[in-house]
Amino acid sequence: MTIKQLSVFLENKRGRINEVAKTLSKHGINMHAFSMAETTDFGILRLIVSDVEKAAEILRAENFAVMLTDVAYVTCHNESGALAEILECLSDNEVFIEYMYAFAEGDKANVVIRSGDMNKCVQVLKECKYDVVRDL
Amino acid sequence: MIWNPNKECMSRDEMHDLQGKRLQKLVGYVYHNVPFYRNKMQELDIAPEDIKSIEDITKLPFTTKQDLRDNYPYGLQAAPLSEIVRVHASSGTTGNPTIVGYTRKDLAVWSEVMARCLTAYGVTRDDTFSVSYGYGLFTGGLGAHYGVENLGATVIPTSTGNTEKHIRLIRDLKISGIACTPSYALYLAETLEKMGLSKKDVSLRIGAFGAEPWTENMRKEIEDRLGLKAYNLYGLSEIMGPGVSYECECQSGSHIAEDHFYPEIINPDTLEQLPYGEQGELVFTTLTKEGMPLLRYRTKDLCTLMSGDCPCGRTAVRMGRIVGRSDDMLIIRGINVFPSQVESVILDMPEFEPQYMLVVDRVNNLDTIQVQVEVRRDFFNDDIGRMLAMKKRLADKLKSVLSIGADVKLMEPGSIERSQGKGRHVIDNRVLK
Repeated sequence: MTIKQLSVFLENKRGRINEVAKTLSKHGINMHAFSMAETTDFGILRLIVSDVEKAAEILRAENFAVMLTDVAYVTCHNESGALAEILECLSDNEVFIEYMYAFAEGDKANVVIRSGDMNKCVQVLKECKYDVVRDL
Repeated sequence: MIWNPNKECMSRDEMHDLQGKRLQKLVGYVYHNVPFYRNKMQELDIAPEDIKSIEDITKLPFTTKQDLRDNYPYGLQAAPLSEIVRVHASSGTTGNPTIVGYTRKDLAVWSEVMARCLTAYGVTRDDTFSVSYGYGLFTGGLGAHYGVENLGATVIPTSTGNTEKHIRLIRDLKISGIACTPSYALYLAETLEKMGLSKKDVSLRIGAFGAEPWTENMRKEIEDRLGLKAYNLYGLSEIMGPGVSYECECQSGSHIAEDHFYPEIINPDTLEQLPYGEQGELVFTTLTKEGMPLLRYRTKDLCTLMSGDCPCGRTAVRMGRIVGRSDDMLIIRGINVFPSQVESVILDMPEFEPQYMLVVDRVNNLDTIQVQVEVRRDFFNDDIGRMLAMKKRLADKLKSVLSIGADVKLMEPGSIERSQGKGRHVIDNRVLK
């Protein structure tokens, strides 16, 4: 079971991320996690938000180029070796990771994983008995 | 020294008669060999017999770059292909390059006028001369090359690129003269200094610079840093290539080889001929060309023409510095670039919005061009690899159309300023100091 990640195309220009954050906050949308991928002239902001469909609609109305992407959202214990175990499980089952980002709070850690084959990725995670979040 | 005093110092009356005779012959030649000119002249209701002196040139039709494109590839050639021994090409605005064919006699005229230029700069048979214009379809390299050979100096065909090796040759072969773009000359000076050398380590004494606009300040800087005397060399491939006009030691304008290329200045809006001294668009008629002769070709270069004897002894009309263009053509590293070329590439790619901006700059004395384009919303992808591939696709297409590399910058949709009316597509940050 995957969840939708919101990807936003951004020029490398001061204040652009701020524009996205402000626009979302105006409509009461909360960001759970985000990461920024950058090249020399543009970046891709990847967000996990409270209401992804609405967030996409709002940003489109503000002329942003956005796209929804399937990602796996996995939770694990916030302790040494927990992530290594998940990654090993994926790698043993030949799941290739395109990118991922993670954050921890308290004794829990959250990992967002994007793979070329999301169905297989989720299936493998479930078979290894990891906690794949269905809905935020 | 003067290469051909008979022609370069001809009395004005004699020149006037010679130009009149050559024009008469030329008009008959194109009328009977180029349907394009025959049709144009018939539309204007003029026959070759109506041209009796050089003053009658104002009766003749103009030729534009668009006409060359519309008649691609050989539509304006007057000589049969069996007589054409070489072809050069320059970039076109809509993908069609401009093709210019030369007969054996055209090449002889070209080497003749180039030898006149080099002699005016002070080049002699004892000089070793490096030609650092690009060799190939561009007329700069081969045009200057054969002029040096015709003069009898030693030519070193260095072309462009590999600057450190070039500097080694300049030092080891005691190269005394160089032909290149003024910006390449500055780049050469910089490389020389980076290699821990200075003008004292080389024996350059003469530079023939052209193919892009430059200023008196650039001249001083090049002269200071390379230890040579810098001269202007003007030409354009449609007319011949380098050698159409050249500075003498007086450096008060460039003498036009007007026994071969008849110059006029016109008002680009009314198309009326303007008197000497007034600024307008430069127009050339190729009086002796066989391969692709042109009547009243509009160069789009803005300048003035100056008459009067020059202390050097030459009597030929001089043209002032090119002060601008009457169209939107950019000259990037000596190559002609039209915004419409970029536009046609972008319009062909559904990934991008039709808005674009060209940002031109000069970094370390080399021109750079950045093409900013907006990614269409539907084509944005979360996969960076795909976005970079999209960027590379555009860069590759631009390179093949423009013949020079352009840096592509992907922009957000709607981020390039929309203007009312005529779109502004160029930001030229080059400061010609």
